Amino acid sequence: MHALFAYGFLQRAFLAGVFIAVACAVLGVFLILRKDAMIGHGLSHIAFAGVALGLFLNVLPLAAALVIAVAAALAIVKLKGRAGLHGDTAIGIFSSLGMAVGILLASVARSFNVELMSYLFGDILAIEPAEVWLSVGLAAAVLIVVWLNYGKLLFMTFDRESARAAGVKVTRLDTLLMVLTAVTIVLGMKVAGILLVAALIVIPAAAGLQVAASFRTAVRASAAVAVFAVAGGLGLSLALDIPASAAIVILCFLAFAALFLLKRGKGIPSASD
Amino acid sequence: MSLVVLRRVSFAYDGTPVLVDVDLAIEEGDFLAIIGPNGSGKTTLVKIILGLLPPSEGEVEIFGKKPAEFTDWNKIGYVPQKATHIDPFFPASVEEVVGMALMSRRGQASASVREDRTKVRGALEAVGMAEAAKGPIGRLSGGQQQRVFIARALVTSPRILFLDEPTTGVDAETQAAFYDMLDRLNRSEGLTIVLVTHDIGIVNKHVNRVACLNQKLVYHGDHAAFCRSDAFRDMIGHGDHLISHEH
Repeated sequence: MHALFAYGFLQRAFLAGVFIAVACAVLGVFLILRKDAMIGHGLSHIAFAGVALGLFLNVLPLAAALVIAVAAALAIVKLKGRAGLHGDTAIGIFSSLGMAVGILLASVARSFNVELMSYLFGDILAIEPAEVWLSVGLAAAVLIVVWLNYGKLLFMTFDRESARAAGVKVTRLDTLLMVLTAVTIVLGMKVAGILLVAALIVIPAAAGLQVAASFRTAVRASAAVAVFAVAGGLGLSLALDIPASAAIVILCFLAFAALFLLKRGKGIPSASD
Repeated sequence: MSLVVLRRVSFAYDGTPVLVDVDLAIEEGDFLAIIGPNGSGKTTLVKIILGLLPPSEGEVEIFGKKPAEFTDWNKIGYVPQKATHIDPFFPASVEEVVGMALMSRRGQASASVREDRTKVRGALEAVGMAEAAKGPIGRLSGGQQQRVFIARALVTSPRILFLDEPTTGVDAETQAAFYDMLDRLNRSEGLTIVLVTHDIGIVNKHVNRVACLNQKLVYHGDHAAFCRSDAFRDMIGHGDHLISHEH
């Protein structure tokens, strides 16, 4: 493993992958407990339209996806709050629309090509140095914003009404959380691809939640699962010549399964008991 | 000094009146019970005071300011009606739950982390839950959870505490200890307490002021006078609306 990290491309992949996966995992803990776990799935489909638009207009696909995903996240918050739609309905509407627009644009631009495929399935080992710094910078910014608002986000997630009564601006934080998720999902496309990026939001967080007796432990355990999956997934990808995105997601699942079984073995009751 | 003032406050939900022309002043040191039948607007009234609902008409002042302009939320503690209905699998320790009220008011990075820890410890000791500080909130009984939520409401050293049906589903022994604790906070610490309840036994034993609601404010005054009032006789006459748990 040590020798493998002598390769520059692997160092870049590891650095970007770890930052992005940890940002996904930390946000995932909040999203799962808010029962918003599917937002990652929805925003990744919407980001597909952004990637296709970028390819169609010949601008950086990552930048176009960022703009489209953030705009859609804001629209979902508005629809959920004002039109009385349940979160899942708003997510369903925008994710389907995103996929449809993406397919249409890719078809018109005749750009169903290797580049589009790399966004669909992820290609972290081919990440460019400029993309690494963009990804690390944005993922670090997401983590810092979460850290600065940690107490408010936790209070709102645990008991929304009491948080409001304590002066927490919950609507503003809803929007902040959705925007951060949109940014993180777009970055995660490089690691796991549009089709699998939602797994980085859901599975490490679900794994961390299996064993945590406190919120702080849940966040730390989820981040640890994310780092393990990225490091292990990159190693397996090189050793076995398999896609890194699939290896990372499968390792996330194995970590979840192990922690789930550990919890059952310890006799900790689950929600389904 | 009036901590809260309501002037001709009305509230309607989808055109159905819930509160009509309520005038009410809550004075410093009051232990006020807001009572009334189901659907009489008790919870709505508290939510309007706290700025969680906007009144359809009328004015509200908290510490001399409108709720939208009020920023010093440290002065107010609130335990909502369904605080015991939390997600039992939420991974929060007892001290994290109490600390939420402090952490939400500042950034995570602060020189006062140690000070906050001391405050959390003190609030948990005040409600007799210090031993459970490290354990998960979901493992506690309903009564113990309720004590933790009171600790969360107390940790910011509020001047007024709002409790909405705080002992629903809590056993009689825990209830008695809980209301004794509120008595102590009111008498020795001077904490103003506003208690929404439909338990006339608690009203008779603990509070010094009563506000009786039935969309309109039908009585507001001291407890002794309330017991001699028409409002009290009406309440007792409609015994299905109120319950009495003598402690």
